[in-house]
Amino acid sequence: MAAEREPPPLGDGKPTDFEDLEDGEDLFTSTVSTLESSPSSPEPASLPAEDISANSNGPKPTEVVLDDDREDLFAEATEEVSLDSPEREPILSSEPSPAVTPVTPTTLIAPRIESKSMSAPVIFDRSREEIEEEANGDIFDIEIGVSDPEKVGDGMNAYMAYRVTTKTSLSMFSKSEFSVKRRFSDFLGLHSKLASKYLHVGYIVPPAPEKSIVGMTKVKVGKEDSSSTEFVEKRRAALERYLQRTVKHPTLLQDPDLRQFLESSELPRAVNTQALSGAGILRMVNKAADAVNKMTIKMNESDAVRWFEEKQQQFENLDQQLRKLHVSVEALVCHRKELSANTAAFAKSAAMLGNSEDHTALSRALSQLAEVEEKIDQLHQEQAFADFYMFSELLSDYIRLIAAVKGVFDHRMKCWQKWEDAQITLLKKREAEAKMMVANKPDKIQQAKNEIREWEAKVQQGERDFEQISKTIRKEVGRFEKERVKDFKTVIIKYLESLVQTQQQLIKYWEAFLPEAKAIA
Amino acid sequence: MMEGLDDGPDFLSEEDRGLKAINVNLQSDAALQVDISDALSERDKVKFTVHTKSSLPNFKQNEFSVVRQHEEFIWLHDSFVENEDYAGYIIPPAPPRPDFDASREKLQKLGEGEGSMTKEEFTKMKQELEAEYLAIFKKTVAMHEVFLCRVAAHPILRRDLNFHVFLEYNQDLSVRGKNKKEKLEDFFKNMVKSADGVIVSGVKDVDDFFEHERTFLLEYHNRVKDASAKSDRMTRSHKSAADDYNRIGSSLYALGTQDSTDICKFFLKVSELFDKTRKIEARVSADEDLKLSDLLKYYLRESQAAKDLLYRRSRSLVDYENANKALDKARAKNKDVLQAETSQQLCCQKFEKISESAKQELIDFKTRRVAAFRKNLVELAELELKHAKGNLQLLQNCLAVLNGDT
Repeated sequence: MAAEREPPPLGDGKPTDFEDLEDGEDLFTSTVSTLESSPSSPEPASLPAEDISANSNGPKPTEVVLDDDREDLFAEATEEVSLDSPEREPILSSEPSPAVTPVTPTTLIAPRIESKSMSAPVIFDRSREEIEEEANGDIFDIEIGVSDPEKVGDGMNAYMAYRVTTKTSLSMFSKSEFSVKRRFSDFLGLHSKLASKYLHVGYIVPPAPEKSIVGMTKVKVGKEDSSSTEFVEKRRAALERYLQRTVKHPTLLQDPDLRQFLESSELPRAVNTQALSGAGILRMVNKAADAVNKMTIKMNESDAVRWFEEKQQQFENLDQQLRKLHVSVEALVCHRKELSANTAAFAKSAAMLGNSEDHTALSRALSQLAEVEEKIDQLHQEQAFADFYMFSELLSDYIRLIAAVKGVFDHRMKCWQKWEDAQITLLKKREAEAKMMVANKPDKIQQAKNEIREWEAKVQQGERDFEQISKTIRKEVGRFEKERVKDFKTVIIKYLESLVQTQQQLIKYWEAFLPEAKAIA
Repeated sequence: MMEGLDDGPDFLSEEDRGLKAINVNLQSDAALQVDISDALSERDKVKFTVHTKSSLPNFKQNEFSVVRQHEEFIWLHDSFVENEDYAGYIIPPAPPRPDFDASREKLQKLGEGEGSMTKEEFTKMKQELEAEYLAIFKKTVAMHEVFLCRVAAHPILRRDLNFHVFLEYNQDLSVRGKNKKEKLEDFFKNMVKSADGVIVSGVKDVDDFFEHERTFLLEYHNRVKDASAKSDRMTRSHKSAADDYNRIGSSLYALGTQDSTDICKFFLKVSELFDKTRKIEARVSADEDLKLSDLLKYYLRESQAAKDLLYRRSRSLVDYENANKALDKARAKNKDVLQAETSQQLCCQKFEKISESAKQELIDFKTRRVAAFRKNLVELAELELKHAKGNLQLLQNCLAVLNGDT
């Protein structure tokens, strides 16, 4: 198969990056030399490529070995292999830096393997289970913390640097505990790389936190007020949650870009972060989605299809509900902050009143009341933080995650469309061939036959891709749902515990006040 | 929509009686007992049923009831204020006008927005708004009642003829609200009064007691005003937060019923929690409003009435001093001496009378104030504790269930 294929003419002039990528993928498996020049890229990974080219359809026992060896493969650091493929264009980053390449063939090989073994489910399942087992076994063995925001530089060129600390016992990392300094655009760069590699094959890549011009400008300008510290803290927490979600994903965890992000002390600056921002990518995804929705897509009625339609509808509903809930929770945060401010104002006022009251015992009681209210104001403030950081941010994270999920579903649509288009084109080519046969033009017939072969392969590829992405999505959605349930339960329970604490404190304060009030004689 | 909201005879719950008890030590003796036994809310007015029990010979019967409206209360109050004989007393502050506008507006908005929310949400919000309306209604009744009880408890004011007419005359008193001209007159009168008050307050008082009281009351009044406003804002924020709990509960419920995973039970339980905890938070806000905000508002009005008393006394002092000066002048010129003498005597008597009763009134004011604050602060603390404990219980139960399930 590798020999037959030639890069298909990108004649349709589709501007979207993902189209290019899909065509580019095929190249990688066929040529050993197209290994990415990344330090952690294992050279023995060429092994799977060769196996694949040899066995187009049947699984081989070697594949099982491969899966077991994957961990080891990744652990070996090998020398760089230069990459030289004219077809591939750096998609989102304009820098020629070798680290910033859109696709890593090594990780793409994983889906390849799975698609090849589709016809032999037994072995495939075993291998997949093994991968998952390994992933599950290791998944909880990595902890990420984002801390110590520091302002670097001055004026409009200033930025915040965050310390990213990793604690892990996974063998793929060279150390068990290490930390690096990263800035916000680095996180965006990481996300764009992961998104460009995995979104279009059906993986739900956690979205990065949003950019905020206003917030960042305040920090740059050096405003040292509570709103800019709040902004930095909000961002820090969001970045931490983002990384934690990303490493929880077994496939993403294997990605060398992610590892480089976590480990290497120097990271090339990701430019064009406008395009790289989470919002930017989602916007692209949504635009593509709109385009797809406009096409009338008729798909066969089958269980699988119904599953996808149902799931899409469920996610749509979930999205709406979460948004509604989020609005209410944000209102609660706002009102609680208001309550805290008003309580503080009242406390001061009560203290003044106590001062001017000329009955001594009442005066003292009023002062005590003022103190109680001041403590309660603190309590309200803390509770407002909990409201926000636990409840509200959880909801906004999931609203963005669901957008990513929707994007993945839409990619599947596009994939299907591509397959359909290939089938239509094949039909046209066959018709053309038939015409040539009738007209009896031997050279044109040969060309037609070539084209037919080419398009047959494309149709096959399209079908494979489509089934691949469908399979991946099903797995991803299953994982996502499990994660979602766990996430919500954990966070909400934590939030309720914060409410419990607040009530306990309230009880303490009022119990202390009561005898004072009773002492008024 | 709220026409004819007729409350049963026992609608005055415990808390409302608490409001009456803002003025403790009211001698509700057998001689004269007044209360508002019923109230009716109509579109733009409230009709109070004033019920009197008395053994005094002035009244034709021992027990009787009349129906009065807010304007008639104001008329009664104003008649006290304008009566020169009562210059030496703290006139119980008039009850504020019943104001259902805000509540009515909210109910109307709810009616308009009925199509845009689910049935449960609508019923929930409707119940909430109706409860709010009821609370405002009970408050206004209580405040009118407090006014009457204060009058009935005052040894002098209770004998006032207008008061008896108010209590007994079972037909309309034909008291119309002030028209524009009269309101304008009032406005000017107030301006003059406050300008005068400034002038008069410049006069230093010989009597230490009154001097102290004046400085005290001035400062106290301002601070109570501030505290009352801030307390109001605080309780309102509290109520907004409680309302948010309501919406969060509804959203969680919707999530719970629509979710396909096993988290739906979880959501439903949490939604239930939010519903229940919201009721408690609403009660906290209502109790704070009653025990703290209302207390401060009442003493704002009372301290104003006390200030008015001091003003009247200072005024009479100034008049007395002026009369003295006039007398000296008359004696010097030997013209109209008798006239000046009588005038001076009158002023002197007036001043002394006011001073004497004012002293007692101010002492009573302090006693009442201390007792009211004590009672309300104690009750506030007890209620806050009760609610916090209730909340805690709810939360802990819910957590136990949720942790047990997972």
